[in-house]
Amino acid sequence: MDLLVTNMEKHHIIPVWFFVGVMLLAYGLLILGSGLAEWSNPPHTVLAELHAPVWWGGLLTLIGGAYVAAFRPKT
Amino acid sequence: MTTERMISLGPVDLAIIVLYFLMVLGIGFYLRRFAQSGEDFFLAGREMTAWVAGLSFLSANLGSLELLGWAGASYQYGILAAHWYWIGAIPAMLFLGIVMMPFYYISKTHSVPGYLQLRYGPSASALSAISFALMTILMSGVNMYAMAVVMKVVLGWNIHFSIWVSSLTVGIYVASGGLFSAIFNEVLQFFLIWFGALLIPILGLIETHGWAGMVARIQQNFPGQDFTHAWSTLGSAQDNPMGMHWTGIVFGLGAVISMGYWTTDFLVVQRVLAAKDLRSAKLAPIIGSFFKMAVPLIVILPGLIALAVLPDHLVPQGSAIAGQHTYDDVLPLMMARYMGPGLLGLGITALVAGFMAGMAGNVSAFSTVWTYDLYRPFLRKAAPDAHYVSMGRWCTIIGLIISIGAAYLAMGFTSIMDYVQALFSFFIAPLFGTVILGMLWKRTTAAGGFAGLLVGTLSSVGMFLIVKFNPEALSLIAMSTHAKAMAEDMYRALWSWILCVLVTIVVSLMTKPKPESELVGLVYGATAIPSEGNLPLIQKPIFWAGVAAALLVLLQWIFW
Repeated sequence: MDLLVTNMEKHHIIPVWFFVGVMLLAYGLLILGSGLAEWSNPPHTVLAELHAPVWWGGLLTLIGGAYVAAFRPKT
Repeated sequence: MTTERMISLGPVDLAIIVLYFLMVLGIGFYLRRFAQSGEDFFLAGREMTAWVAGLSFLSANLGSLELLGWAGASYQYGILAAHWYWIGAIPAMLFLGIVMMPFYYISKTHSVPGYLQLRYGPSASALSAISFALMTILMSGVNMYAMAVVMKVVLGWNIHFSIWVSSLTVGIYVASGGLFSAIFNEVLQFFLIWFGALLIPILGLIETHGWAGMVARIQQNFPGQDFTHAWSTLGSAQDNPMGMHWTGIVFGLGAVISMGYWTTDFLVVQRVLAAKDLRSAKLAPIIGSFFKMAVPLIVILPGLIALAVLPDHLVPQGSAIAGQHTYDDVLPLMMARYMGPGLLGLGITALVAGFMAGMAGNVSAFSTVWTYDLYRPFLRKAAPDAHYVSMGRWCTIIGLIISIGAAYLAMGFTSIMDYVQALFSFFIAPLFGTVILGMLWKRTTAAGGFAGLLVGTLSSVGMFLIVKFNPEALSLIAMSTHAKAMAEDMYRALWSWILCVLVTIVVSLMTKPKPESELVGLVYGATAIPSEGNLPLIQKPIFWAGVAAALLVLLQWIFW
């Protein structure tokens, strides 16, 4: 038995990475938008002055966008 | 809804949670068209890549009870809790990938009881399948109830609302897409958990001015206690907050419990069996091991940071008075400390996703074991494939209904369900003895395998009950009166494994073995282990296993 014998791909399923990308992109935009909206009136959390939702939401948007672009279903 | 809650969610947070539910249901409906044959429904068509199988393998274990519980344990025991992610996981994951996976994969088994059927025949397989199916479905109920309690305490949600909404969602998506759905959602959950939780240690270390600042503040808050060394306090059970000796960690946890869990618990092994080829199946647990080593960043580190920054000391479950928080509240407290609207929704969604993925994993494994290891061999042998798929879909729904019953049972008898949860872990210690002897020793016989598994399982239950009814027996089983529950668990698993192995060997030597021709593809020495051919070093599973092992050693040295 060869280690590289691969089962035939029976289905053409959209890669799970595309769904991961859609989810991260949507969440990134929501969190980034929320962070920008509260910029001048941040919540009462520790280190709120660092505006974590803005950079964390931005990071999610970038990663999500990259996954969507790379794994979008080909027609 | 109640008014007592630790966290209040805003519209953005609720939108994030609703979006998650819509997404998993949508994925379930989309995948239904691909889950038509038995192999598709129960084994995701055996066409997953190493990365998908590896992340799913890890996520099946990275549930929310795990996150909340271990963050609480790290507040209680310090960095000792990281052993469950390092020596208590990595060697076993590498062993599964390199040594055991070829036998599981070449035998084309659909489950761990399925392997026992091929190797030992129906008795050992049925014993393992019945205990697994029963415990899995009860565990799903325990998970469901635990989720509902967390959602009530943290968010003030109604318990019945949480149980029914999560069960219906899981039921719909697993019954639709089978293991495809479970695996896809586990991969989503993996990303959610990392992105939902990683911000806590990042902001925590900024607040404490790094690791050194954190250690200094812990020493200030808890003078005379050592929470940040993983091995140097294990020389004596009295020197560490867990009451653990290093032999319990190395032999009980590293050699038995983790080996049993990671190599024979079908809930996790099923994910790797879905890999598209043997190389992917070998690589999947190795890929998982790198991320497993990193999980303490989002689970253990938040607990340590909490020791440094939380103004009030947390207390054990059961001894909290009004206004006090328990160890298990660490993660929600840290979320509330650092996360505002949006981020909070992401963190809560990660917890919800973890709970639901746990339920989905349990019911998908249950439906496979019931259909293939109990229904087909004992109730209806030669039905068309479509009949078994239909049985699998119905089993998912029936399994969830039983789980809901178990969740309501847990409300009335919480302690009984705690026992179920504890015992479940220890059924797998003797099972590991049975599987590993079957794989590595040609002389093991069907009678030996069954007798060993039975004696090992009964002894595990017996030791558990003896200590419950006579706490003084703890010093015999755990070799110290200082042993806490975790130390007791380690030693109980070790003894039940040793008993299983001894009984299996003795009975095997007294009974007639199978001819070698019947062991091909099942046992080391009777099976041609596939060659890795002319693969470049960087593509060989053994190379990456070596890198993971080296990294593990490095981590032990750093946090000694």
